Amino acid sequence: MNGFDLIRSAIGNSLRSKTRTVLTVIAIFIGAFTLTLTSGVGTGINDYIDSTLSSIGASDVMSVTKTPADAQNDGPVEYDPDSSTVESDRPAGGDIEAITSTDLDTLAAVPGVLSVEPAVSVRADFVQYDGGTRYQSAIGELVPGMSLELAAGEQPDASASDDQIAIPQSFVEPLGFADDADAIGKTLTIGITDAQGTQSTIDATIVGVSEPGLVGGTSAAPNTALLDALHQTQSVGLTEKAAQTYASATVRFDPDATDAQIATLKADLKAAGYDGVTVEDQIGSFKTVIDAIILVLNGFAVIALLAAGFGIVNTLLMSVQERTREIGLMKAMGMSGGRVFGLFTIEAVFIGFLGSAIGVVIGMLAGTLANSVLSGGLLSALPGLSLVAFDPVSLGVIVLTVMGIAFLAGTIPALRAARQDPITSLRYE
Amino acid sequence: MPVPILAARDVRKSYGRGPTRFDALKGVSLDIVEGESIAIVGKSGSGKSTLMHLLALLDQPSSGVVELNGRDAAGLRGSNLNTTRNQTFGFVFQQFFLTPGASVLDNVTLPLKIAGVRGAERRRRGMAALAQLELADKAKNKATDLSGGQKQRVVIARALVNDPSVIFADEPTGNLDTATGAVVEDILFDLNRSTGITLIIVTHDEELAARCDRRVYIRDGLVVDEATSAHHDAHRGHGAHAGAAEQPADGDGEVAA
Repeated sequence: MNGFDLIRSAIGNSLRSKTRTVLTVIAIFIGAFTLTLTSGVGTGINDYIDSTLSSIGASDVMSVTKTPADAQNDGPVEYDPDSSTVESDRPAGGDIEAITSTDLDTLAAVPGVLSVEPAVSVRADFVQYDGGTRYQSAIGELVPGMSLELAAGEQPDASASDDQIAIPQSFVEPLGFADDADAIGKTLTIGITDAQGTQSTIDATIVGVSEPGLVGGTSAAPNTALLDALHQTQSVGLTEKAAQTYASATVRFDPDATDAQIATLKADLKAAGYDGVTVEDQIGSFKTVIDAIILVLNGFAVIALLAAGFGIVNTLLMSVQERTREIGLMKAMGMSGGRVFGLFTIEAVFIGFLGSAIGVVIGMLAGTLANSVLSGGLLSALPGLSLVAFDPVSLGVIVLTVMGIAFLAGTIPALRAARQDPITSLRYE
Repeated sequence: MPVPILAARDVRKSYGRGPTRFDALKGVSLDIVEGESIAIVGKSGSGKSTLMHLLALLDQPSSGVVELNGRDAAGLRGSNLNTTRNQTFGFVFQQFFLTPGASVLDNVTLPLKIAGVRGAERRRRGMAALAQLELADKAKNKATDLSGGQKQRVVIARALVNDPSVIFADEPTGNLDTATGAVVEDILFDLNRSTGITLIIVTHDEELAARCDRRVYIRDGLVVDEATSAHHDAHRGHGAHAGAAEQPADGDGEVAA
């Protein structure tokens, strides 16, 4: 029997007892369907985190703060009148020691550091368009290399000399624009108060509209020129020393740096008295939790598949029993045990393929449906998040894994069939 | 004396060990010449089926030798044995052993499928075998939808499809009524006469056995009697003469192939 006939006969045999095959296929389908959805959710959420990551910061950037003197000790830190503190806008925050120009020089000397820039933080009073209603808005910091998830327009140009800004999508209508595209090219007025309490305004061109994201995206993103202008205005009236203290500094390192090199850099910074945190560090913990949850869910799906595997064993054992005489006849006619083994394992693999292929396809349909329902309802606050996303490689892995399990399950009945003695089989009534 | 196509030399076969040991065959010797029809006659439990299984190379004797064309068949193993079974023998069973859901044609071409013959060729030879048994119009029917006599004709077509040199028929008419059984018998003996195919019939039916050239009686694992039919001998002598022009040289070549 050649390979083609063997596969055809195996498929034909699996369809002979339809009810039994259908029931087994359903068992596998349930496992494959679950696995498709859980891995889809994993892919979806991790994709979302990845795209959010690139919108909050470039991958070759580390945010550096000064390590409080006795950070290693538990308990309260002694007051030091010489050290000044600034209020941090970092979520993990609290008050931290300020970074001064001396610190910037120290940081620049740390090996592996390509450049150091102070993290300028500005607080705008309001934003306004065309004399309309004034709204409070946070002003974010755009590090070169960072990209926003844009709904319209383009990224603020870091190297441009004119003042550019990207506004969050949620500001488009309140500010009085017809839609996202309408806002592009318009002039936004930003109100800011300096250290002396004088309020002044700065105009900037809206170049982009950003989609809200998990972390960033709720603040307006200025380009470097605008940020400097805002900072200068805000610093009017401050002493030179006060104007040059920052909550944190941004350190750039080699974009190709390996994890080990980044770890070395962090250790070097630590030795110099600074804490370095990459964007991955801030977001990485999210991914760890999500990966763990997905792993547990996948575990359940695999248990379902193992149960389905025993279903295959059962189905094929019945099949071998029923076809005892047929097997005996084929062996009497010169069919080798190896071919008989092949016939039954191919049947098992085919059943596994049917169940997993249907499971994956229905799983994808269900995931797509869930996405459209959830994005309009439960998850509408997180646009850009598609809860279930499908990656062809992992779907292929699911189908192949199920076929592998089916093959293993099929070997038990197939071995029994292959070892059958033709005479005993033909006597079987 | 030509080399017998199949021969048993003091063949013994026992099952089990110690006190449960059962001797199915206790030393049987038998020569089967190419082109003859032979009946192995005995009651159930006499060892006649065991002898057939040994001759058909489905089983190996506990002692003694089974020879195929003068060569010890014990030397055949693995794929050689499978190829020999596939190309040398055809089987006709009392219980038909047709695959119920499959079409008549698929049932008939099963030996060709096992041999690895391609689809179109398989179909052509299957249809030729069915036409020979006047069943060409039933090719697409399901095997289960046929009458008993038709089923047994399908089984004969299946036994013929790979052009074997020997057909083993185990109680070929056991499940058929007298009239249908007679038709099936006629087909088998016609084949034996017209194509020179060797026919080995295992039966307890004296009437069927009487139609064979030769009868070997088996009881309790031993050959108790042998008889050659005078009528058939004369007839066969006739046939042998008629076939002599085409058979002898051809016969050896065919078996070796």
